[in-house]
Amino acid sequence: MADTMSVTAHEPAHGPGPDATKRDFLKLVTGASAIIGAAAIAWPLVDSMNPSKDVLALAELEVDLTPIVQGQGIIVSWRGQPVFVRHRTEAEIKAAEAVALSELRDPEADSARIKPGHAQWLIVSGVCTHLGCIPLGNKPSDPRGTYGGWFCPCHGSQYDTSGRIRQGPAPANLPVVPYVFETDTKIKIG
Amino acid sequence: MVGLYKSDIKNPLLRWVDSRLPILSIVQKEYGVFPTPKNFNYFWAFGGLAMVNLMIMIATGIFLAMSYTPHINMAFDSVERIMRDVNYGWLLRYAHANGASMFFIVVYIHLFRGLYYGSYKAPRELLWMLGVVLLLLMMATAFMGYVLPWGQMSFWGATVITNLFSAIPLVGEPIVHWLWGGFSVANPTLNRFFSLHYLLPFVIVGVVFLHVVALHITGSNNPLGIEPKGPQDTLPFHPYYTVKDSVAICVYFMVFAMLVFFFPNALGHSDNYIPANPLLTPTHIVPEWYFLPFYAILRAVPSKLGGVTLMFGAILVLFALPWLDTSPVRSARFRPVYRIVFWFLVIACIALGVVGANPPEGIWVPIGRLGTAYYFIHFLVLMPLLGKLERPLPLPESISHPVLGGGPLPGAAAVHPMEKV
Amino acid sequence: MRTLRPTLIGAALLAAAMLAAPARAAEGEAALPQVNWSFSGLFGTIDRAAAQRGFQVYDTVCSNCHSLKQAYYRDLAGIGLSEDQIKAIAAGKTVPDIDDNGQPTDRPALPSDHFRSPFPNDRAARATNNGGLPPDLSVITKAREGGADYIYALLTGYADPPAGFHMMAGLNYNKYFTGNQIAMIQPLRDGTVTYTDATNPSLDQQARDVVTFLTYIANPELEQRHRMGVKVVLFLLFLTGLSYSVKRKLWAGVEH
Repeated sequence: MADTMSVTAHEPAHGPGPDATKRDFLKLVTGASAIIGAAAIAWPLVDSMNPSKDVLALAELEVDLTPIVQGQGIIVSWRGQPVFVRHRTEAEIKAAEAVALSELRDPEADSARIKPGHAQWLIVSGVCTHLGCIPLGNKPSDPRGTYGGWFCPCHGSQYDTSGRIRQGPAPANLPVVPYVFETDTKIKIG
Repeated sequence: MVGLYKSDIKNPLLRWVDSRLPILSIVQKEYGVFPTPKNFNYFWAFGGLAMVNLMIMIATGIFLAMSYTPHINMAFDSVERIMRDVNYGWLLRYAHANGASMFFIVVYIHLFRGLYYGSYKAPRELLWMLGVVLLLLMMATAFMGYVLPWGQMSFWGATVITNLFSAIPLVGEPIVHWLWGGFSVANPTLNRFFSLHYLLPFVIVGVVFLHVVALHITGSNNPLGIEPKGPQDTLPFHPYYTVKDSVAICVYFMVFAMLVFFFPNALGHSDNYIPANPLLTPTHIVPEWYFLPFYAILRAVPSKLGGVTLMFGAILVLFALPWLDTSPVRSARFRPVYRIVFWFLVIACIALGVVGANPPEGIWVPIGRLGTAYYFIHFLVLMPLLGKLERPLPLPESISHPVLGGGPLPGAAAVHPMEKV
Repeated sequence: MRTLRPTLIGAALLAAAMLAAPARAAEGEAALPQVNWSFSGLFGTIDRAAAQRGFQVYDTVCSNCHSLKQAYYRDLAGIGLSEDQIKAIAAGKTVPDIDDNGQPTDRPALPSDHFRSPFPNDRAARATNNGGLPPDLSVITKAREGGADYIYALLTGYADPPAGFHMMAGLNYNKYFTGNQIAMIQPLRDGTVTYTDATNPSLDQQARDVVTFLTYIANPELEQRHRMGVKVVLFLLFLTGLSYSVKRKLWAGVEH
């Protein structure tokens, strides 16, 4: 029954003139406000999916470097992954700087992998770039491979004292993680 | 081409889509030009408000579910994490909790509008019954949702209400153990309530679709309760009612915003900020405000089975309403006695709500019994009798004649006898 | 008039809502004193100085028995403490951890840690407190009817029991606690805490300050929520007016 009625009798009046401009302006303002309202409702929903405060609080990690003796490294957990913080000896630094870039599978100078004035500190991701195992080499008693850096027990990848891949199946160097020196003895990772 | 829908859309791309899946044409027909009585008052906006509310509940609910953990050891803490750590988490949570209250406010007004104007009468009986189904689904959803934060009221409200099913003779106890997934409200219960609480709103969406389809078959009722006679009695839904409904939506959002931003815990119970403790019963176990009248009916009768029967009966009686009401006139505007009796029902429901909030002792007991008695007498005795005994006012000729309100025609125009509806 | 009926209904519902809240005085507790809080009202804020003093009260007195485990040390930024102050406060506390051999140990707390609990679990808490369990205070101002006013009243409501009142062993008389007998001994008196900002630490002052702090901890989003609420409601008022005038214009030509 309802669908046989015609509705032409009640179309709102159209036409040019001052009324039309006022109507258009009102429509524009109302429409714009409705869009602002919709955006205001949508934004909290979308933003709620962004990292929450507790996740952000753990996104940065401060590490005190004082207990790390020369020649040793520690593993810290940052954003769910292992990070190596290694206190390199003079010999290890020299060995790293002496390598020619042409010898490297993933060419990168040692100076690009440390902060100026803090060459003794190497801070890299502890995830082997082959298939994700955690290489050995932080403790002096660990096997460090032929190049004195790290040795990955899963498939035999070997990294040098700058964390660069030298031998084995891994395609890339251990990535340097973002960090800053807050003081000479404290870094903030992330 | 054979089989394609004959679309009137001008834009070629949209026309291509529309001729294969005529959603645009359907929306044009059902929400664009759909002839709607021109004499709606703002009480007719509440169905649309309920739909807006449902969308808000689903949206906030989905995003809350991204951070909520349905395990008894973590549920309360996960809600606190939402409030403190998740960006705008407090807003999602308060909007969802107060949105439930807003949903019941809107739906109760929508329901009472139907009672007043006879919207449940033929040919809209099925429309009304689908509405009652929606109310039941809403109540189930809200009940399970309140359990999820795992506060004291969550746990003890769940315990009290699920225990009611043990009143069923013979099979009662096995049914309760089946509901619980154990021998008390515990982790299995919480987990399954979370699953069902996520599911039911989509069932509600489906039934809302049926409810709107049923409405579009019969067309809307209107304050005069008489059917539109022609285009002079109706207006296209767009722009007249899209614009009018947007005013209602703005006012609805203002009320909602006042609650969420300034009084977010006013309608809640402070005990639900205490983590659930199965070994400590709160002094007074109360459900949320929208269940209070039913809670009062439940406790009005000393017998457990009697209370449960009456409580569910209070909603089941609504299903029978189109047949209980024997009046040939729809709208209370033309029913001078029913119009007053209607307010007795409103007062009884409010009184039952107050009774439900108070402990079942002292003066609250007789008031609760009186309110319960009146509720059932109203539907089972008064509505059938009034239809037969009441002398209704003469109905106007049509919606456009006269323009304002109802009542007898002025001057020389003939007074038509009552319309048979 | 058209709006009379809805107005009457609204008034009836308001009256119903007031009746629905069961009376406090049913069991002999006094009515709550009304306090002016900085965070009351639509434009309320958290008084930073009061909250910092309140933290001092919590830290010195309450934290010995009451945990605050939903809150983090970094939340103290919201009451005006600097990052360095927070790091120092956290570092002065120990939290449970597991050492490299898998054995339980302690480590200094970080700002990202939850506030440390005085007891490892509920049973230990009860054992030290004569069977009573000091509740966690993270949401205490939302978890009690009367909210901040009630907590303030409770803290200042210790008194000698009236003549003839039978006190049970191990309990203390309090004017506002349900049943008037509370397991907690009076935690605060004049001068219990010495404030670092040299405010006079009267009982009333300490109670106000700790309640302000606890209100912040229960509602860290309060100020953002109020600010947003004002903007939202003003925007909606504007939009309501606008849409209503559009509606009137549109419907002007229609007889209805």
